[in-house]
Amino acid sequence: MNAMNTRTTSALLYLDGVHVSFDGFHAINNLSLTLEPGEMRAIIGPNGAGKTTMMDIITGKTKPDEGVVLFDGVTDLTRLDETRIAELGIGRKFQKPTVFESQTIEDNLLLALNVDHSVKGTLFWRGSKPDAERIERVLETIRLKDSRTKLAGSLSHGQKQWLEIGMLLAQDPKLLLVDEPVAGMTDVETHQTAELLKEINKDKTIMVVEHDMTFVRELGVKVTCLHEGTVLAEGSIDQVSTNDRVVEVYLGR
Amino acid sequence: MTPHVLTRSLDRSATVFLLIVAGLGVLIPLSNLLLPSGSMFQVPTYLVALFGKYVCYAILALSIDLIWGYCGILSLGHGAFFALGGYAMGMYLMRQIGSRGVYGNPVLPDFMVFLNYPELPWYWYGFDMFWFAALMVLVVPGLLAFCFGWLAFRSRVTGVYLSIITQAMTYALLLAFFRNDFGFGGNNGLTDFKDILGFNVQADGTRAALFILSCLALIVAFLICRAVVTSKLGKVLIAIRDAESRTRFLGYRVESYKLFVFTLSACMAGVAGALYVPQVGIINPGEFAPGNSIEAVIWVAVGGRGTLIGAALGAIVVNYAKTVFTSGPLAPYWLFMLGALFILVTLLLPKGIIGTFNAWYEPWSAKRLNAESAAREDGISEPKPAE
Repeated sequence: MNAMNTRTTSALLYLDGVHVSFDGFHAINNLSLTLEPGEMRAIIGPNGAGKTTMMDIITGKTKPDEGVVLFDGVTDLTRLDETRIAELGIGRKFQKPTVFESQTIEDNLLLALNVDHSVKGTLFWRGSKPDAERIERVLETIRLKDSRTKLAGSLSHGQKQWLEIGMLLAQDPKLLLVDEPVAGMTDVETHQTAELLKEINKDKTIMVVEHDMTFVRELGVKVTCLHEGTVLAEGSIDQVSTNDRVVEVYLGR
Repeated sequence: MTPHVLTRSLDRSATVFLLIVAGLGVLIPLSNLLLPSGSMFQVPTYLVALFGKYVCYAILALSIDLIWGYCGILSLGHGAFFALGGYAMGMYLMRQIGSRGVYGNPVLPDFMVFLNYPELPWYWYGFDMFWFAALMVLVVPGLLAFCFGWLAFRSRVTGVYLSIITQAMTYALLLAFFRNDFGFGGNNGLTDFKDILGFNVQADGTRAALFILSCLALIVAFLICRAVVTSKLGKVLIAIRDAESRTRFLGYRVESYKLFVFTLSACMAGVAGALYVPQVGIINPGEFAPGNSIEAVIWVAVGGRGTLIGAALGAIVVNYAKTVFTSGPLAPYWLFMLGALFILVTLLLPKGIIGTFNAWYEPWSAKRLNAESAAREDGISEPKPAE
């Protein structure tokens, strides 16, 4: 029962009292937030509320000045770098779609595949059937099967967003951090993305940052509103969107 | 190397390139040795040595293209690795002179006698053996690149900052090698070579053999580069070049990849330098000059960054132009021309010669392929019902 003793929380992601400041600007202020395994959480909040900074802290890009960030109850993420955190099973989709533009869609997925990422492993890597099948499945999910050999740079903005979600799927992480997945998408694409995330949520934990309230409503999950680097309100979309403070700082009257 | 790797890494243009290099590697020495001198088709020995020099430059250009074209590491100090490989070979050649030097000292090279060295410095030990010198040609540049890269890449020094410290590295080595008490012949460097493996370095046969070896080294270096860039590792390198932090978030240890490819590239540059020295007959600290490294980057830019073939071609074309211009009345203006060439290529041919050719040729050949397959489909399609 030793393992149980060291584990202090059942949460997959546990942030407590996190604090970050850049040159005196308090980007994250005493932020506490937990994500249970299998949960999907929507994060909303005005610009500069610290949403992206929070993702930077979870993925190791930014080190917090103080506070606890635990993954899976035992791993202290503040001590690890980006590569190690990705290896642990935390995948991230960026606010601005970041795909490898000069490589094909297939190669983008191949790069994301969670196989041996060591120098030796990739130098002598030879495609296996299960790997090819997984890429095939992801291509199907993100509806880019027909353009698999196209360069990622030639895709539309919405397709790039999907490719990046596809890369997350190929990476097969335990926790997906998805930053503004529907920015620049049409209503139909937005709806499809919501469906896709709900599908993925069946076996993955997801944290999604989004401004599009229709989309957030469609996800139908617990919502956290951040403001000035701290949690302003948390609850169902209806509770949060009627909260006076949220209306004041974010939604507007 | 498995057949799988070979077939994957050899596309049509790569095969054509290798055949041309192999062809020249055979024809030029044959014409030099077999045809009577004065014959129209005979390549004179001085040209064999000159072409050999170009081939060494082509290997250096390949090594730069591997890191710059594919991984985005712009080294402005690659001449240092080339020169270190050259010095390792030069030390072997110095030890081969033996008692035939001006001072007739069987152990100490002339410059050491002249500078009153009591005995051979410890770091000259072993260089009388070819195998040891050959090993050092790889180990010394490789080790320097490994240590330098380990510090730089782990601290995430990238872009212009990395270029500046590589430049500082080669400049520091330049200053060190200029010093007489550094033990490598100071200002004059190493020269007056006599034999290599018992053969006279000046002899036609030796020159031809060195040329063949240089072509062979170019072929091997090219195959290694192709194998690397067509592997999955090559895709990771391109990913690092285009979006370094994204690659990190996918779980790749970017610094290990950079370190691997930087060290490999430095070893290749070292081999190029080692083949260069016996063909030009001298190695001096001037080879460390920052300008040399920058010039080598220009060859790659002219030929086409990230194409490998372009790098080799650029090295040969620019150096041929240099030879032509610096031996004529335009000699004083060569540096201006080189500068103008770099500006023109950047403005008009940003992809370089090969890159521009590919951009023009690929859509054309794809169109042709499409037309061919369309014609085939038409051929097998069922006859249309008569209307």
